Amino acid sequence: MTHPAGSLLTAADLHKAYGPTVALDGAEFSIHPGEVVAVMGPSGSGKSTLLHCLAGIVPPDSGSIRYNGQEMAGMSDTQRSALRRSEFGFVFQFGQLVPELTCVENVALPLRLNGTPRKAAERAALSWMERLEVDGLGRKRPGEVSGGQGQRVAVARALVTDPRVIFADEPTGALDSLNGERVMELLTEAARTTGAAVVLVTHEARVAAYSDREIVVRDGRSRDMERAV
Amino acid sequence: MSIGHTLLGLLESGPRHGYDLKRAFDEKFGHDRPLHYGQVYSTMSRLLKNGLVEVDGIEAGGGPERKRYAITDAGITDVERWLATPEAPEPYLQSTLYTKIVLALLTSRDAADILDTQRAEHLRTMRALTERKRQGDLADQLICDHALFHLEADLRWLELTAARLDKLREAVTA
Repeated sequence: MTHPAGSLLTAADLHKAYGPTVALDGAEFSIHPGEVVAVMGPSGSGKSTLLHCLAGIVPPDSGSIRYNGQEMAGMSDTQRSALRRSEFGFVFQFGQLVPELTCVENVALPLRLNGTPRKAAERAALSWMERLEVDGLGRKRPGEVSGGQGQRVAVARALVTDPRVIFADEPTGALDSLNGERVMELLTEAARTTGAAVVLVTHEARVAAYSDREIVVRDGRSRDMERAV
Repeated sequence: MSIGHTLLGLLESGPRHGYDLKRAFDEKFGHDRPLHYGQVYSTMSRLLKNGLVEVDGIEAGGGPERKRYAITDAGITDVERWLATPEAPEPYLQSTLYTKIVLALLTSRDAADILDTQRAEHLRTMRALTERKRQGDLADQLICDHALFHLEADLRWLELTAARLDKLREAVTA
């Protein structure tokens, strides 16, 4: 596969092994701006490794990843870090909020790391928390809020830098059905409003149903079901 | 779903014409499958014959006569009994899909491919339901949720089967 035209983020022929264990074995991927793509597959199929490679967290052993037409392997570590901070947002299964900071400080953190002054960063953070319906929790610490609320705070943190790609790895995995659905509604609605693309790793069909299309990863190889059907 | 019992239940709040019954049914329960007029009138005839409803009045007009139906005491008892009786859980076996997979394995075709295609088809339906939920009211959400949970159960079976394809191949080709 080549890199499809008009795609924001693409991967071609990705290989990655951890010792003798092959995690990716020729995986492909592409996503357009504003698109929500679910990455599905059984446990250990390589879907999280694919996400980590796409996000520049883990380098593939071979293959090509391009963001906005630019080869990621050609970037320095500093450039990749800057890309992750300014262009990408992350939501994980467990919110991974900083327990010592308040919720509003957590949401403002990516902006603060990018050099935004505290007041402006917290103003932007509160605005996102309002959209995620958790603006009343600003002064609480993550340990004082419920799992569903914490995950909404994490989504607000992912969105606060106005990222072009949001990587969500089992974002509702630790939530009950109602909270999980609300998080997915808010996440996809926010992504559609801002035009961000969402790479959504999930094994839950009800969560994948919030996507525009899905790819299936099995034994390190990917299958784009839109092209297959 | 028992259309007869549902129409009876709708009559409990007061007498209605056949047309009103159809409209109330479609509004509350018939999102995907609205009732045909024929179904309403044949159902009402049966309920009338069984003494579960009675004719409360007839309006004569330019067109055909319009009967207004009311539920009888026997009808109310019948609705109560229906509501109190649990539905038999359906032993839903994916028989067609199972047959396809076994045939694929027997003929050395790609069974995983069949499962992937089925997953994509299920997800297509689930996306449409999710979108309808997003735009709908609480009633829409509950109806769609029911369908979504059933589809999800199918998909769990599908994933489990995908994980057991090697064992199934051994079993069916032994």
